[in-house]
Amino acid sequence: MAQRIEMSGVHAYYGSTLAVEDVSLTIQERHITAFIGPSGCGKTTVLRTMNRMHELVLGARVEGKILLDDEDLYDPGVDPVAVRRTIGMVFQKPNPFPTMTVYQNVAAGLRLNGARRGRGSDELVEQALRRANLWDEVKDRLHRPGAGLSGGQQQRLCIARAIAVEPEVLLMDEPCSALDPISTLAIEDLMLELKERFTIVIVTHNMAQAARVSQTTAFFTIAGAGQPGRLVEMGPTATIFSTPSQKTTEDYVTGRFG
Amino acid sequence: MITRGRRLPRWTPYAVAGGSLAVAEVTEKTTVVSGRSGVVLVAVATYLVASTAISAGVEGRRRCIDRLAGTLLGAALLMALIPLVLVLGYTVAQGMHRFDATFLLHSMRNVAEQQPGGGAYQAILGTIEQVGIAAALAVPIGLGVAVYLAEYGHAARLGRAVGLVVDVMTGLPSIVAGLFIYAFWILLLGFSFSGFAGSLALAVLMLPTVVRSTEEIIRLVPHGLREASLALGVPVWRTILKVVLPTALTGIVTGVMLGIARVIGETAPLLLTVFGNPSINADPFSGAQSGLPLFIFNEAQQPYPAAIDRAWAAALALVLIILGLNVAARLLARVASTVNRR
Repeated sequence: MAQRIEMSGVHAYYGSTLAVEDVSLTIQERHITAFIGPSGCGKTTVLRTMNRMHELVLGARVEGKILLDDEDLYDPGVDPVAVRRTIGMVFQKPNPFPTMTVYQNVAAGLRLNGARRGRGSDELVEQALRRANLWDEVKDRLHRPGAGLSGGQQQRLCIARAIAVEPEVLLMDEPCSALDPISTLAIEDLMLELKERFTIVIVTHNMAQAARVSQTTAFFTIAGAGQPGRLVEMGPTATIFSTPSQKTTEDYVTGRFG
Repeated sequence: MITRGRRLPRWTPYAVAGGSLAVAEVTEKTTVVSGRSGVVLVAVATYLVASTAISAGVEGRRRCIDRLAGTLLGAALLMALIPLVLVLGYTVAQGMHRFDATFLLHSMRNVAEQQPGGGAYQAILGTIEQVGIAAALAVPIGLGVAVYLAEYGHAARLGRAVGLVVDVMTGLPSIVAGLFIYAFWILLLGFSFSGFAGSLALAVLMLPTVVRSTEEIIRLVPHGLREASLALGVPVWRTILKVVLPTALTGIVTGVMLGIARVIGETAPLLLTVFGNPSINADPFSGAQSGLPLFIFNEAQQPYPAAIDRAWAAALALVLIILGLNVAARLLARVASTVNRR
């Protein structure tokens, strides 16, 4: 059920500012694709255009085509709410709902979408927490506040919450940047497991992380302050980190700039 | 090498304070300064000068300034607390004379102003009904406006216009709100004086306070929570209802309490709309009613000690109602947020 995403000629704007220029790329299904590049190069913006979160910023808009298995996500007949259910997202800062327990946080996607508290709910919560490798740590405190967990646990709770609604694609915006190395490792292991079921796109500043988890890497950059970000090249991770075709990519991955 | 500055002993401030007081007492005996307030003023001034000078001599510039700033801030705190404590203390002391069962359970029907006895039952009932209806009108509308301003209207022209109107309404004199309801509801539409007319005036006064305070609280809800909910495919309206408002609940309750506290003691609008009534009228929708502010206003004008005592007891009742509402609201907010946390 995992699906591929194809972007062609995508321009993303914030008001009259062009933030990302002419991005065309393909995200393979059941792959982990990593977006790397210096700050401000538009990686996160491109990620947010994929589940129509970009347009939530006032004045933000997208031009170009983004297809999810041949269906245009920006077709006027497409409901952005439905897009966001199909393409889930995990954010940089763990953001569990502070008024909810661990259990309620995981069930939030279902409950907030109007599902009644049914028989399947307990199993769904357990399943999502197991898939997020969090079940053993929280099974005794399911009904305690989700905000009381550690940072790494909170981020895995957010992943459990995102996969509980059974999305087909999971977008991760620097999911480990606020976490210590052990929690980071836990989430990387988790991503490798989730890839069996979901298509994953991860934005990261940590190049070692991109090299460890992704099969495909896309390198973005900007020409200078005020210039729009653009995609430099995209290819198998091993190639991007060893023999990239562009000089800028080589400079970036070897640490000579950025 | 770190130099250890010389420090004054701990008891210095108390010694300086005692000395300043003694100096002030002597000044009162020997100069034109007179009375307790004069003594206090001289003592405070002496303390400031003496402690600063001693500290500057022994401890050096930085600690001296620290002491001076600490003293000034402490004095500001005391000055702010004095009127508060005096008002509350005096109200309790004067109100105790008549704060009894008769006062709470009887009205002023067939009680002449110069007679002892009588009570404020009709006024307490009226205030609870009028403020309750005003809150029932203003809170849902105010919350709706606040959600609009915080979530939708921040950039729209309508949003800015509404924000401006709300700001202007915040400064609306209460008598103007009363006059408006009097002219519109009673003169133009032809309804009689009633508790409900008073509720309308109070709702007009309450609305901007509720809007502004709840809007600020809703804005404080972290943006990440909204995004988390939207990214789960939850529609905006459900996100506001199930994520934003519950997160802001405690602050919203505080905002509503501020609104109620703002209007519960209003007298002027009630004079024009509720009129006042010595007898019990439990129906807020027909006929003149009483209310605690009206009752206090009326009794305090009488030249009889019995009436003055009733006015103080009514003032105490009003303060206790506000206190009770505050405590109840805080408990309610705590219960509501721990239900989710268990």
